[in-house]
Amino acid sequence: MPQKSFRVAINEALDGEMSRDPTVFLIGEDIAGGTGGEGEEDAWGGVMGVTKGLLGKYGAKRVIDTPISEMSYIGAAVGAAATGMRPVAELMFCDFAGCCFDQLMNQAAKLRYMLGGQAKVPLVVRMQCGGGFNAAAQHSQTLHALFTHIPGLKVVMPSNPHDAKGLLVEAIRDDDPVMFMEHKYMYDDKGEVPDEQYAIPLGIANYTRDGEDVTICALGRMVNLCNQAADELAGEGIGCTVIDLRSTSPLDEESILESVEETGRLVVVDEGYPRCGFAADVAALAATSAFGSLKAPVQTVTPPHTTIPFAPVLEALYIPDVDRIKQAVAATLA
Amino acid sequence: MTDQPTLEKTQLLDAFSRMRTIREFEDRIHVKNQAGEVPGFIHLSAGQEASAVGICMHLTEDDHITSTHRGHGHSIAKGCDVVAMMDEIYAKRSGLCGGKGGSMHMADLSKGMIGANGIVGAGVPLAAGAALKSHVLGLDRVAVAFFGDGAVNEGATLETMNLAKVLNLPLIFAMEDNGYGEATPSSYAIAGDVVERAAGFDLQTYQVDGHDFFAVYATAGKAIADARAGKGPAFLHISLSRYYGHFEGDAASYRPEGEVASVKSERDCLMLFRQHAVAGGQVTDAELDEVESQVIARLDDAIEHAIAAAPPVEKDLLTDVYVAY
Repeated sequence: MPQKSFRVAINEALDGEMSRDPTVFLIGEDIAGGTGGEGEEDAWGGVMGVTKGLLGKYGAKRVIDTPISEMSYIGAAVGAAATGMRPVAELMFCDFAGCCFDQLMNQAAKLRYMLGGQAKVPLVVRMQCGGGFNAAAQHSQTLHALFTHIPGLKVVMPSNPHDAKGLLVEAIRDDDPVMFMEHKYMYDDKGEVPDEQYAIPLGIANYTRDGEDVTICALGRMVNLCNQAADELAGEGIGCTVIDLRSTSPLDEESILESVEETGRLVVVDEGYPRCGFAADVAALAATSAFGSLKAPVQTVTPPHTTIPFAPVLEALYIPDVDRIKQAVAATLA
Repeated sequence: MTDQPTLEKTQLLDAFSRMRTIREFEDRIHVKNQAGEVPGFIHLSAGQEASAVGICMHLTEDDHITSTHRGHGHSIAKGCDVVAMMDEIYAKRSGLCGGKGGSMHMADLSKGMIGANGIVGAGVPLAAGAALKSHVLGLDRVAVAFFGDGAVNEGATLETMNLAKVLNLPLIFAMEDNGYGEATPSSYAIAGDVVERAAGFDLQTYQVDGHDFFAVYATAGKAIADARAGKGPAFLHISLSRYYGHFEGDAASYRPEGEVASVKSERDCLMLFRQHAVAGGQVTDAELDEVESQVIARLDDAIEHAIAAAPPVEKDLLTDVYVAY
């Protein structure tokens, strides 16, 4: 099977859906990157080059460069979705949700319910998340918990190129608004990605490691750190099951609980903030629904409840790493 | 008064019926709210009927509008069913939104009414989205964003003015300036001249007396036809008056004494419509009276239906959060 990058996998998902469905269009800042200028009109293809080449294929009416104006173009994407289109908006960084949160929280998420089921909002908002580039406090957050808190939004975070393509295809075909979070550290990660379009259903977790002693749950880039931790612990005779949850909304609660009932031990690893965060949510699920199976307190591995720092030495302390995951596993076995 | 050469008799009667229905709808709710029959937050648009109807008379069901918290009039003007609307106001399961939206979220997508909105300015980008659909698919549909003088200072509105011009969207910005953003006069809250502000975005701008249906109809007709023909977005500044408070229960003590009374006696849009239409010789007072009787009977029925209708049931709490989950 061909090896492709996370970036290419996402581009293929967009390309395939645009060619299949004329109501799919892309809108965002610099997603062509050069529209209206005298240089190359497809200069950037998005700030991370994900949409490169699609302008030439589908034209400026379906690959729409906008002003830097998140409230208006995200809102327009919501309105287009409510009136029959399938927009894929690129928010560039999830941190910029602050500039358009009303349209996500009060419009996209609620239209269907408020209108008594009349509306569907088949919108995808793609956005980068995550740290690791010393991009500091406003370009490094992982805000899936913020979106997950809001009924009406779906939230997806792939951990590898194969899933990125399949989950994005599914997100575009899905009739609800989907926040699609791409960890910026992973665009060059390579993996096996089939050439054809395929869809991975939302809310179905993927077991990336099997072990009998401890269950580790994570999403996005954290899954890869968990896999590495599990591989190292296997050498020490500790068996870890790693569950890539793939989406926080819907959440595959069944897979989490089933595994916890088998292992009796749970570690939740997450790059989001800890307070009212995703790790706490999964820990609460285990406490309320699998308490009798737990042989040890649930451990969470998250950043501290602080703002993401710029200095490389501080950012390295901030982001969960393999050692902290291994320590958390050990704590459940102590 | 502007001439109305393009309006046929049936259109005049239709326009009067829509405007009179809005007035009756709002007046009834005012009374029923005071009687404690209507739950929730209510914002009435009595006095502003000529704007909603003068614009929506140019739209088909394939054209879209978005509205504001003060959205009953726009909904009726766009063709929403008044019985289902009243059921919604009364929080009944048979309401236009199943009793889950209420006054501030009145909508009927099958009529091209995307919704009233509880967030000031938020409907403006949504309307741009409907216009964007037309842009992407190459349709000749237009969208109208109704908003008030309060929303003209919201970033959502200003950003959308820029976006609409940059993308040449078939979008009409219909600013209904009733002089007050909640309790604060627009003369205080708006820096500079709002029409010049819109012109600064290179929008085609128009100013019109919103008490005068025929003026609104003529002006909106040009702006909408241009947008439909691909000539881009326009901004309508519509001066009008609301007869009730910002919300039901607002004593409106921030308004000078006699302000509403003088508009009602001198500039009321229904009164002006009747004078002008009858003077034009196309309709008679008796014909308009007949329309009025029909409207009153329809609202009698709507109230009766709403009172008798069943409320939502417990399982409705959890439906329609997602299409599939």
